[in-house]
Amino acid sequence: MDDFNSETDSDYTSYWRDWFISSRGNEYFCEIDEDYLTDRFNLTGLNTEVQYYQYALDLVTDVFDLDCDDEMRETIEKSARHLYGLVHARYIVTTRGLAKMLEKYKKADFGKCPRVMCKSHPLLPMGQSDNPNVKAVKLYCARCEDIYNPKSSRHSAIDGAYFGTSFHNIIFQVYPALIPTKSYERYTPRIYGFKVHAPATLIRWQHGERDDMRRRLRKLEIESGFKDDEEDLDAGDSEEEEEELEDEAVMEVLQNGQLAAGDPTAQV
Amino acid sequence: MSSSSGTPESWISSFCSLLGHEYFAEISEDFIEDDFNLTGLQTQVAMYKEALEMILDVEPEEEDDDEEEEEDEGDESIEGEGRTIRRAAIERRHNRMDSNLSIIESSAEMLYGLIHQRFICSRAGIQQMSEKYELGHFGVCPRTFCDGVRTLPVGLSDVPGEDTVKLFCPSCLDVYVPPNSRFQTVDGAFFGRTFGALFLLTFPDYDISKKGPDSLGAHGSRNAITSASDADDKEKINGFNVNNLAPGLGRGKVYEPKIYGFKVSERARSGPRMKWLRDRPVDLIELDEATIFGAVEESEDDAGNLNGARTQPRQTLGASKKGRKPNGGSPMSIDANEQQFAG
Repeated sequence: MDDFNSETDSDYTSYWRDWFISSRGNEYFCEIDEDYLTDRFNLTGLNTEVQYYQYALDLVTDVFDLDCDDEMRETIEKSARHLYGLVHARYIVTTRGLAKMLEKYKKADFGKCPRVMCKSHPLLPMGQSDNPNVKAVKLYCARCEDIYNPKSSRHSAIDGAYFGTSFHNIIFQVYPALIPTKSYERYTPRIYGFKVHAPATLIRWQHGERDDMRRRLRKLEIESGFKDDEEDLDAGDSEEEEEELEDEAVMEVLQNGQLAAGDPTAQV
Repeated sequence: MSSSSGTPESWISSFCSLLGHEYFAEISEDFIEDDFNLTGLQTQVAMYKEALEMILDVEPEEEDDDEEEEEDEGDESIEGEGRTIRRAAIERRHNRMDSNLSIIESSAEMLYGLIHQRFICSRAGIQQMSEKYELGHFGVCPRTFCDGVRTLPVGLSDVPGEDTVKLFCPSCLDVYVPPNSRFQTVDGAFFGRTFGALFLLTFPDYDISKKGPDSLGAHGSRNAITSASDADDKEKINGFNVNNLAPGLGRGKVYEPKIYGFKVSERARSGPRMKWLRDRPVDLIELDEATIFGAVEESEDDAGNLNGARTQPRQTLGASKKGRKPNGGSPMSIDANEQQFAG
């Protein structure tokens, strides 16, 4: 233990896990309870995945006392980090784990959505695969329901399997109150206030898809979660209205000769 | 004013090399010197004349100074009092200069930004921006499914002071906050709302799905392949290459939420609601409303069967019908478009 201290130039005092989650680049991890780690059931199958499994586990649970050379210790240290990550993926979908990650989510520890229309909505870490060494960690935004690459390179080196493919979806099933209201807001490419034809047709098509979805949900009487719910779908043919609105806006622009007057709300 | 001898760097190039100003193009002096390009800016910028002089590195006219000096040389006889008075005058002037300098400096930055908004939409400016784009100066899209394609700096408003600069990803047609906080002090109006879309129409042959700076020289090669007019017609939607219309969207590039491998249903409260935002039709030609409309019109003429013709792709067809006049194809001739924007 003492030898190990001097080797990893950190001045940690007692707990490996404390040191691990507070070290730079590991901000996405939460601390796994001792109880969880010591329950063998929770570690089922990991012994085949991690090299020097027993030593690594000892290191993580602070009972490591093997006398060995530096190289060996380095390998065990690496295994310990890997083991911690894999247990982490299982831990964060437990009740306690979810609560801990929720706290971090609320503090926006995982960063904020880079999409402008999401208005800095906090992100959640996720993996695109549950198998290690496949894809690096990505960040999920619950508002636009898309995934993004972490800004910092030290985060994009973390294995996505340490968070798994399910956690960020489970958290919203467990805490449905957290589901953010969805919004129609979007960016429309314009030139001197006029929409560009090709992207505009695509956007119209997408809005058609959206309205179809909302009609489907309405038929099933399921809440769609849009902020402006129950407003524009009642008329049934909202697309035509939309089109008219757009035409009106363009006509206005043409009549007034105000190029800058393109109204972004006309799209909604 | 501040051009101490030995610094050949112009105000413009030093401004563009400042930290956080990496997105700016260097406006050519010819562009600034053409008064037409500055129409209306006089009222938007305080100390306009001084700011303009600063940008162009023109020494401000200092007739007063010269006169005084000449006077002094003549008035050598009353040296004592004259000297002190003159020194006081100079000091006063210097004080005024110092306090004004920061105002002029900030006006100059504002003026430069506003001219920049216009410049990057001009032929020379957009060319310069395309070089910066090729070198990846504007960063890459943070969206995972866009796979690191290059972005373009845009503003969400043309009025200064409203919002900071954003990055427009041509692959998903969305805007993002620049990853580095140093860009959060750069005004979005200095790039304007028009540049992003104009860039795509100006350079339709860029392969925007390529990532990083590696697409150098790819520009134009595609054109050679699809030179046959028949292929061209098929590949374009009103000046947009079909393969350049949001290549980062559509099947396989929409995130599919799963729990333990099972898709989360749309019917779940936490189910997916925003897929439309990242979706696109499998066959993009479906979007070519004008051409389809032309075809529909023809078949209507032939068969006189309105209902039969309407069962084609989407309902949007019906909607677009009212707004557009039939001219047998695209509302704007593709050829004319190309000529207009030929880089």
